[in-house]
Amino acid sequence: METTVKLQQVSKSFGKKTVLSEVNLSIEKGQIYGMIGPSGAGKTTLVKMIVGMDTPNEGLIEVLNTKMPNLSMLQQIGYMAQSDALYNELTGGENLRFFASMFKMGREEQKQRISYAAGLVNLTHELGKKVSAYSGGMKRRLSLAIALIHDPSVLILDEPTVGIDPELRQSIWNELTRLKNSEHKTIIVTTHVMDEADKCDMLAMVREGRILTSGSPEQLKRQYQVESLEDVFLQAGGQQS
Amino acid sequence: MRIRALIRRICEQLLRDKRTLALLFLAPLLVLSLMYYLFNHTGNAADAKIGAVNLNPKIVEMMQQQGMEVISYEKADKDILVNEHLDALLEMQDSKIHLILKNSDPSQSKALQMKISQAAAAISNFSQNQGNAAPNLTFTTDYVYGSADTTYFDTLSPILIGFFVFFFVFLISGIGLLRERTTGTMERLMSTPVRRGEVIIGYLVGYGIFAFIQTVIIVIYATMVLGMNMAGSIWYVLLTNLLLAFVALSLGILLSTFASSEFQMVQFIPIVIIPQIFFAGIFPLDHMAAWVQVIARIMPLYYGADALKDVMYKGLGFGDIALDLGVLVLFAALFIVLNILALKKYRKL
Ligand SMILES: Nc1ncnc2c1ncn2[C@@H]1O[C@H](COP(=O)(O)OP(=O)(O)OP(=O)(O)O)[C@@H](O)[C@H]1O
Ligand SMILES: [Mg+2]
Repeated sequence: METTVKLQQVSKSFGKKTVLSEVNLSIEKGQIYGMIGPSGAGKTTLVKMIVGMDTPNEGLIEVLNTKMPNLSMLQQIGYMAQSDALYNELTGGENLRFFASMFKMGREEQKQRISYAAGLVNLTHELGKKVSAYSGGMKRRLSLAIALIHDPSVLILDEPTVGIDPELRQSIWNELTRLKNSEHKTIIVTTHVMDEADKCDMLAMVREGRILTSGSPEQLKRQYQVESLEDVFLQAGGQQS
Repeated sequence: MRIRALIRRICEQLLRDKRTLALLFLAPLLVLSLMYYLFNHTGNAADAKIGAVNLNPKIVEMMQQQGMEVISYEKADKDILVNEHLDALLEMQDSKIHLILKNSDPSQSKALQMKISQAAAAISNFSQNQGNAAPNLTFTTDYVYGSADTTYFDTLSPILIGFFVFFFVFLISGIGLLRERTTGTMERLMSTPVRRGEVIIGYLVGYGIFAFIQTVIIVIYATMVLGMNMAGSIWYVLLTNLLLAFVALSLGILLSTFASSEFQMVQFIPIVIIPQIFFAGIFPLDHMAAWVQVIARIMPLYYGADALKDVMYKGLGFGDIALDLGVLVLFAALFIVLNILALKKYRKL
C-alpha cells in the first residue's frame, strides 16, 4: 500500500488557542478517509493544512511524498471548502470554466472535464443560470464539481453533502466510491452524517484538536462494543469529558 | 493562461453589475458638472508677491498697505516673473500701466487686478485734487498661464479629474476584492496552483481596463462638453490618470485586506481619500506651514494633480511631469508588492 497523505506530530494554534495538537495520520492511496467529530474539533483546520493553505506550527505534512505547502502539488489536489465559495454574478458554467483555467489543461480537455463534472452533480441543464439564482443544494453541487474539475488524485471534501437531498447524496457517494475503485483516488471527507461515515474505509475521530481513535468503521464499533457509529461518537465523547 | 482567465472573469462580473458601472462611468460626470456650475469665487490679493518696474511710489505704498509684497526690478518680462516666483509684475511707462499676471490662481488674479486699478485710480484722484493735470492712466494686461477668461474652475478641474479617477477606482476595486474575500472565493482561488503575483496582475489589468475607460470618458466630457482648459497634450492627461488609477487600484486592493465588511471599506474614505483632495492643490499650499507640505508629499493625489495641472492648465510637456509620474509609479509598485505579501494570509506560499 502506498501512503498519499502523511501527518507527523502536527500542531496548530491561532494566537494562544491550540486548535490541533500532535496529530499523526497516514492515509493510503485508494481510500475514502472520513473525519468525524464535534463542531469546532479542528477538522476544517486539519484539511486546510493538508491542502497547504495554512502551515502547521509544528510537525510535518506530506502529500504524495512532497512536503506541504507546495504550489505544484495543488494541481493534484481537489479541495471543496465548507462554505460555497462561488461567483454569484456568474453562471454555473462560467464558474466551472474559470476554476478550470486555473489548472493546467488543454482546451479540449477543459470542455470534457466541465461536462463530466457538471453531469456528475446533475447540473448540466443549469449551467447557463446565474449562481445567484441557484438553490442551496445546487450551489453545494457546483462546489463539488469545481473540486473535481482538474481530475485530482487527492480529493479533500469538507462536509460535501450538506443541503443535498438523499437521492443526489447517494449518487454522489456512488461516484466517490467509483472514483476510489476504478481511478484509485484518495478521498478525504469530513462529515457529521453517520451513515456516510459508515461508507468510509477508514475513520478518524477528532475531538478538541486530537485524534481520539482511528480505524475502519467495523473496528471502531468493536472497540467500543456498540452497534452503530452514532454510539461510537457519543461514547468516545463521553470518555473524554 | 491564468491571468487571462482572471481578467475575463473580472470583466464578466463587472459588466453584469449595472449599478457599479453607472457609478464608475456616470457619477463622476454628474459631480463634475455640478462643481462646474458651483465654483465661482473671489480670491485674496493680500500676501501676494509683486514685481514693480518704474512704478509710481505712491501706488507702491498703497499696495504695501494692502499687505502685498512689492519688489523693484529693472525690466518686466515673463521670465523674471516665473523665476522670481512672483504673482504679478507691473510696469509703468508714462501714463501706461502694463500688468503681467501669473494667473496660476485666477481668483487671486481677479482680486489683484481690482486692487491695482483701485490704487491707480486713487493716485489720479489725488493729483487732480492737487490741481495738476490728471495723468489719465491706461491699463493693459497679460497672462503667463491661461487668459482673461480663465476661472477658478479651470485650475480646479485637473485636480477634480484626478480625484474622481482615484476615488471611484479605489472604491470599486476595494469593494470588489472585499467581496471576494468575504464570500470565500479568494480562499478557493488560492487552493488552486495560481501564483499570488498572477492574482494581483489579473486584478490590476481587469479593473485597469475599466479605470481606463472611465478616464477616457471623464477627460473627453470635461474638455468637449464642459469646455475645460486643455493647454497640453490629452495623451499626457490620459497617461497621468492611468497611473493614478493604478495607484488607486493597488491601494484599494491593499486596504480591503484590513476591512472585514463593505461598511469598514467605506470607513477608509474619510481617512484615506478625503484628506488627499484637500492636499492636492484645491487650496494653494505654497504659503502653508512646512509640515502641511510634508503631509501633502506622502499623498499620491498630490503628484497626480500636480502633473494634471501642469499639462491641462499650464500646457507643459513630458519633461515637466516626469518626476510626478515617476513618484506615482513608485507608489503603485510599493502597493503591488505589499499586496502580493498580503495574500499570504490565504496561502503561505
Ligand atoms: N482563523 C482562525 N483564527 C482563530 N481561530 C480559528 C481560526 N480558524 C479556526 N479557528 C478555531 O479553531 C477551532 C477549530 O475550527 P474548525 O473550523 O477546524 O472546526 P471544525 O471541526 O471544522 O468544526 P465544524 O464541524 O463546525 O466545521 C475552532 O475553535 C475555531 O474557533
Ligand atoms: Mg469545519
